[in-house]
Amino acid sequence: MTPAIAIHDLHKSFGTTKALDGLDLTVQPGQVSGFLGPNGSGKSTTIRVLLGLLRADRGTVRLLDGDPWADAVALHRRLTYVPGDVSLWPNLTGGEAIDLMARLRGGLDRARKAELLERFELDPSKKARTYSKGNRQKVALVAAFASDTELLVLDEPTSGLDPLMEAVFTEYLREVKAQGRSVLLSSHIMSEVEKVCDTVTIIRAGRAVESGTLDDLRHLTRSAVTAVVDRDPSPLATLPGVHDLRTTPDGAVTHVAFSVDNDRLGQVLTVAGTLGVHAFTATPPSLEELFLRHYGDALETAGRPDRGADR
Amino acid sequence: MSPPLDTEKPDRPEPGRPTAAAAGGNSLAGTGLLLRFMLRRDRVRLGVWTVSVVALWGYVVVAFGALYSTPEERQSRAALMDTPASIMMTGPGYGLDDYSVGAMMANELLLWIVIALAVMSILEVVRHTRAEEESGRSELVRAGVVGRHAPAVAAMALVVVVNTAIAGLTVVLLAAGGYGLGDSLVLAAAAGLTAVVFGAVATVTCQLTAQGRGASGLAGAGLGLAVVVRAAGDIEGAAADGHGSALSWFSPVAWAQQTRVFVDTRAWPLALGVVAVVVLLALAAGLASHRDFGAGMYPDRAGRAAARAALRSPAALAWRQQRLALLWWTVGTGLMWLASGTYLKDIPDMVEKMAESNPLMTEIFRGDGGQAVVDGFVCIMLLFVALVALGYGISAVLRARTEETAGRTELVLATPVSRTRWLGAQLAVAGLGTTVLMLGGALGLAAGAHSSGATNPDLVTYVGAALTYLPALGVVLGLTAVLFAWAPRWGAAPWACLVVAFVVGMFGQALKLPGWVQGLSPLWWVPQMPVDDFAWPPVLGLTALAAALFALAFVGFRRRDIPVT
Repeated sequence: MTPAIAIHDLHKSFGTTKALDGLDLTVQPGQVSGFLGPNGSGKSTTIRVLLGLLRADRGTVRLLDGDPWADAVALHRRLTYVPGDVSLWPNLTGGEAIDLMARLRGGLDRARKAELLERFELDPSKKARTYSKGNRQKVALVAAFASDTELLVLDEPTSGLDPLMEAVFTEYLREVKAQGRSVLLSSHIMSEVEKVCDTVTIIRAGRAVESGTLDDLRHLTRSAVTAVVDRDPSPLATLPGVHDLRTTPDGAVTHVAFSVDNDRLGQVLTVAGTLGVHAFTATPPSLEELFLRHYGDALETAGRPDRGADR
Repeated sequence: MSPPLDTEKPDRPEPGRPTAAAAGGNSLAGTGLLLRFMLRRDRVRLGVWTVSVVALWGYVVVAFGALYSTPEERQSRAALMDTPASIMMTGPGYGLDDYSVGAMMANELLLWIVIALAVMSILEVVRHTRAEEESGRSELVRAGVVGRHAPAVAAMALVVVVNTAIAGLTVVLLAAGGYGLGDSLVLAAAAGLTAVVFGAVATVTCQLTAQGRGASGLAGAGLGLAVVVRAAGDIEGAAADGHGSALSWFSPVAWAQQTRVFVDTRAWPLALGVVAVVVLLALAAGLASHRDFGAGMYPDRAGRAAARAALRSPAALAWRQQRLALLWWTVGTGLMWLASGTYLKDIPDMVEKMAESNPLMTEIFRGDGGQAVVDGFVCIMLLFVALVALGYGISAVLRARTEETAGRTELVLATPVSRTRWLGAQLAVAGLGTTVLMLGGALGLAAGAHSSGATNPDLVTYVGAALTYLPALGVVLGLTAVLFAWAPRWGAAPWACLVVAFVVGMFGQALKLPGWVQGLSPLWWVPQMPVDDFAWPPVLGLTALAAALFALAFVGFRRRDIPVT
């Protein structure tokens, strides 16, 4: 099957600033794909290239089996876009803006619009200039979820939304996923991505540093283990793949905490089995930890000039 | 982006020691810092204004001196200045009996310097107060140790500083040109002070509307009204053989001109300007204290929850965004042209009277009942209609850039709307508005003239003359579109076209500018009906040029990144 989005070795510079530096990204049809990265890592630039707004310097970009630059108009009939900072026409009301965007895309389901307005608690009769950031975001979300396009391109769509509205957003996103539509979701909010995304791509300085399913990514990293054992836990310390072992004697038993490479977890269980286990928990890494692991070394090397542009 | 405010280290309060302003709850706290910040932010913009205005002074000082070196030359110029059209476009005509170069500058140039500086002052005040508030940026500033009135007071101080600087340079220039220091001082001060009055008008209009555009529009309308009242009063005065009339004195512009500089200089009319500034600022402060941050005098009303059926295309959207501005421009300028048209009926009488006292007049306008003067008046008025339409047109095309930088263009282009269709919609609405203002202005003039009994030229001539201007206006709009498409950062350059068109149209003959300089203005190529006959070659040439420019704009816009920041 042709991927909904297929980007290979994408480069884009603004003057001397390299925004994208050999990015790869794939979204399979029917998949919800998370797109993570720190500020200025090139997420929005990638999305603008996908929308045919920016011209790629180098690399191949295929969107719904078309060329996003040359076939922009035809492709836009099949996708919906929500920017991270929605700017509306100040003298139009929210309701008018929703209708306009839907009509430009080809039509509007009134019942669906009414339902969405109610769920997102948005007053459509207010002039856009009086809306807060969260409410402007809701206008774009209502317009997007009212459409039935096969691809949704969402660039930090929940920025400015309160947690209740974030939950409503997640609910609708699940509905979209259940309908078999494809989604590219750029986000900072790990829990949001963890809840709905099938695959994740982590981008840094214009390049994908990690991508795959959440399970794949977790497999590459460590789980946190805590246990309570009867016997001397020192055999654990010598196992390959075990890191940061800390032991705390507590009367007759010993509390143990360490992290372990996921592909070595089996051996740890075998050895632990011989130690008289009272309690044992192994926690897979959260996406946040995955993200921090990749972002962390950027923090360590902070001070050297950052290549990412804030776009 | 502008630099952050806190780069100025010395202004940071020391820890544990609150500044006097913070302790006193002063509503002007932070004014000095804001003023420095505004000067820093606008250093290029204000530099261009200063250099342009001072250069115009300088050029006129040199050119008038060289071109009108003999009394005969000056007196023939004076005779030309004694017609209603000239009075409308210049001043009350002090010193025409013994026209000196100084009197020429005061009579013919001062009005336009005042208008230019007033426009600058209005734009600066709105830019630093209401527009900042509208964008939400001043929320950041006001959250600091900055008093309620500080931004407005700093903006007024900015206007005073800039106008003082320009006035100072002007005095130096005039003194270097050999003009008396006292007269030069009054002349430069008159221009600067009147501009400050309109800056103060803008502080009031900024309290009335929640939108920067509306605030500058209202203040601009105030300036337009002041110019028209001055013109009406002075024409009335000339008909009664005087200089200005009671009506003139209602206009701040007249206060500058009534200083009679280089003829019988008196400075006291400027006191009226000072009083006006104080009154306007007090009014603005009163209004400001009674409104919420970000709000106008009237709250926004709720609108429609669903769009009308017609709002379904980029063109409908552009029309929806621009129609209100177009309506106000059309009504405001239409009334101005209507009033101007009514003067046509008085021209033959005035010419006859002037001819009695001035043999030169008879020589120039050989007894055709004043029709040549009438036609000349219509010509100049139509040129002004064209300049106003052009100013509107440039700002309308530049709205495309506003849409792009605000991020709204992306929103539309992410739907199945092609770039060609989007730009086409923007340009079509801008072109329509320009055409409406041009034709509406000509019809307004005609309506004023015909309703008061001046039925020559006929209606067809007015409409024909207006239509003849359209290709030239198209050239400038096309150029604006080309810059938007190919070099968006140079988007403001088309305003220079307007200035060139104005200077050539207004001073081209007085300054005896060479043909190639005059030819830089697209409007110069237009047959000046009804004085000239209609001619196809320039009209066709300008049409072809405009078409080529628009085509080039579409090519560029289809190729470039969006947004270019």
